[in-house]
Amino acid sequence: MIAVFRDLFRYNGEFAIGFMIMVIILGIAVASFFSPYEPIDSYLVALDAPPSTEYVFGTNSRGQDIFWQLTFAIRNTLAFGFIVALISRILSLAIGLVSGYVGGAVDRILMSINDTFIVIPLFPLLVLLYFVLRDDMTWFVLALVMAGLGWAYDARLIRSVMISLRTREFTNTSVFSGMSMPRIVTQEHLPYVLPIVFSTFMNNMNWSIGLEVTLAVLGFTDVDTPTIGGMIFWANQHSAMVSGIWWWYFFPTLFVTLTFIGLFLLSISMNEYIDPRSRLDRMGNS
Amino acid sequence: MRSYVIYVGKRVLQFALVVFVGISITFLITHLTPIDPVEHSVAQVSAFGFSSPESIELLRQSLRELYGVGDNLWEEYLIFWQRLAVLDFGPSLSAFPTPVSELIGRAIPWTIGLLTVSTILSWFIGNVIGGLAGYYNRNRILRIIGMIMMGLHPVPYYIIAFVLLIVFTFMLPILPSSGGYEMNMNPGWTLRFFGSVLLHSILPAFSLILVGVGSWFMGMRALVSNIVTDDYVTYASLAGVPERRLVTSYVMRNAFLPQITGLAMSIGAIFNGAVITEQVFGYPGIGRLLVEAVHAADYSLVLGITSIAIIAVSAAVFIIDIIYPLIDPRVQVSQ
Repeated sequence: MIAVFRDLFRYNGEFAIGFMIMVIILGIAVASFFSPYEPIDSYLVALDAPPSTEYVFGTNSRGQDIFWQLTFAIRNTLAFGFIVALISRILSLAIGLVSGYVGGAVDRILMSINDTFIVIPLFPLLVLLYFVLRDDMTWFVLALVMAGLGWAYDARLIRSVMISLRTREFTNTSVFSGMSMPRIVTQEHLPYVLPIVFSTFMNNMNWSIGLEVTLAVLGFTDVDTPTIGGMIFWANQHSAMVSGIWWWYFFPTLFVTLTFIGLFLLSISMNEYIDPRSRLDRMGNS
Repeated sequence: MRSYVIYVGKRVLQFALVVFVGISITFLITHLTPIDPVEHSVAQVSAFGFSSPESIELLRQSLRELYGVGDNLWEEYLIFWQRLAVLDFGPSLSAFPTPVSELIGRAIPWTIGLLTVSTILSWFIGNVIGGLAGYYNRNRILRIIGMIMMGLHPVPYYIIAFVLLIVFTFMLPILPSSGGYEMNMNPGWTLRFFGSVLLHSILPAFSLILVGVGSWFMGMRALVSNIVTDDYVTYASLAGVPERRLVTSYVMRNAFLPQITGLAMSIGAIFNGAVITEQVFGYPGIGRLLVEAVHAADYSLVLGITSIAIIAVSAAVFIIDIIYPLIDPRVQVSQ
């Protein structure tokens, strides 16, 4: 595991950059535990102060220190993406494995359902959910619903990998040498599937964070829990652009973009790692 | 021909399944919540000073019919489908008494127009440049373009749209910031109106293309760099097929095919992006209508847009699916 990590860091520029970005982002998220302010308290500091040595990222029109707000926002946003990705990975792994292994009618039925979930536009559904629940739409409900709707694309991917693994020579060898099916799946096949699960994990986090930011900017989430999208929502509410408080937009936008790029780089470097041809190509070149 | 009919039959079933599941989820969301949405909406509307008793009664009745007049859930479900079948969502609350279907009908051409143009453009640009980048993988300019596209790809629609809005209307005011056409202009089939529509669509379309192009680019580049090493390409190039022809007819043509399937799979996500783009640029499509409906607590409008969006998106996917075998002859035989 450590050797893999070292190789990735040395030979894969995307991984190195993505990893460093994510370390910074996580560092900021951890800093929230040392915040001198409560996340939802307002009117604590001077209003609308530009970035300075006292307030690194400035303050907003609600009297909050943007740096400390941002630490909470990044923590919540990351946790949100993590929960959605975790739950939906479990779903897509289970459905992809079953579909790829069992095949036949089960596969056809599962894939029809799967394709259905790929096609259905989620955004109007999430808006409708918010519309019905309003204040009952907490951060966690949203995460659960998005996980329940966001597994389909990756289940298809895992299924196709499973189908190709099942027909490989070494699977037959394991079957003939008397290994039980659960052991073949966990010991022989999972090592091939896990990197894909990791890579889709990052992609799914990006997807869910993107949707959450979009919903929050429109005010369609629990805006009292600080998230990146929520910060932009409040900036819009106070017309920060008109009054020239650019730092209220700039820092949330900057850090959410960094998060996206970091996760994305990690995911594509993982993809390259899965493909031995491109891995060797890289190692040979440097 | 027979195999094509079977193929289309399967696609029709899939289309029906998508609509069925999507509408059922919509129904469940509205019915399995602890809050009574009808009284909730009526209360909100009357709080806005909308207080003629007859109209409130009319409203309550139409809402009750849409979201629950039956004795049980099952009966309500059937009534819901009946109203959906004739696209009757009752009157809109925020624009009373205009029917919801009329509001949606007015907005939907904008969304379809914007989405069709920007999706086709981003698909085409991304695939062509991606294909070239995969074929000429040592070309410096293509590598730089690739890096920019990959950098833009993970950034969400909102951020891109917002940055474009600030740059082109605030810092460098050369493009209109909102609306579908110039204010105080009568819509009609005139050249001036058409020009105005075009001018107003530049920014929304541009932001959709910027975000969309990256994934096609990356997909195509990966596909082409695999195809280039195939035996038939090596053979064709040894046999003296001109390079231009090799790139377009031998490599790209084959790589385009999976990208068409990819297009069908991503229509839903593209629609999600359009909602927010329309909101940022004040574009008069159904995305903006949806957001406004939520803010105005217009229940029938929100429900109508959600249902129509599900049907429209699955119809778009269905159309791509049934065109696909006409482009890729292999599908007919294998399916």
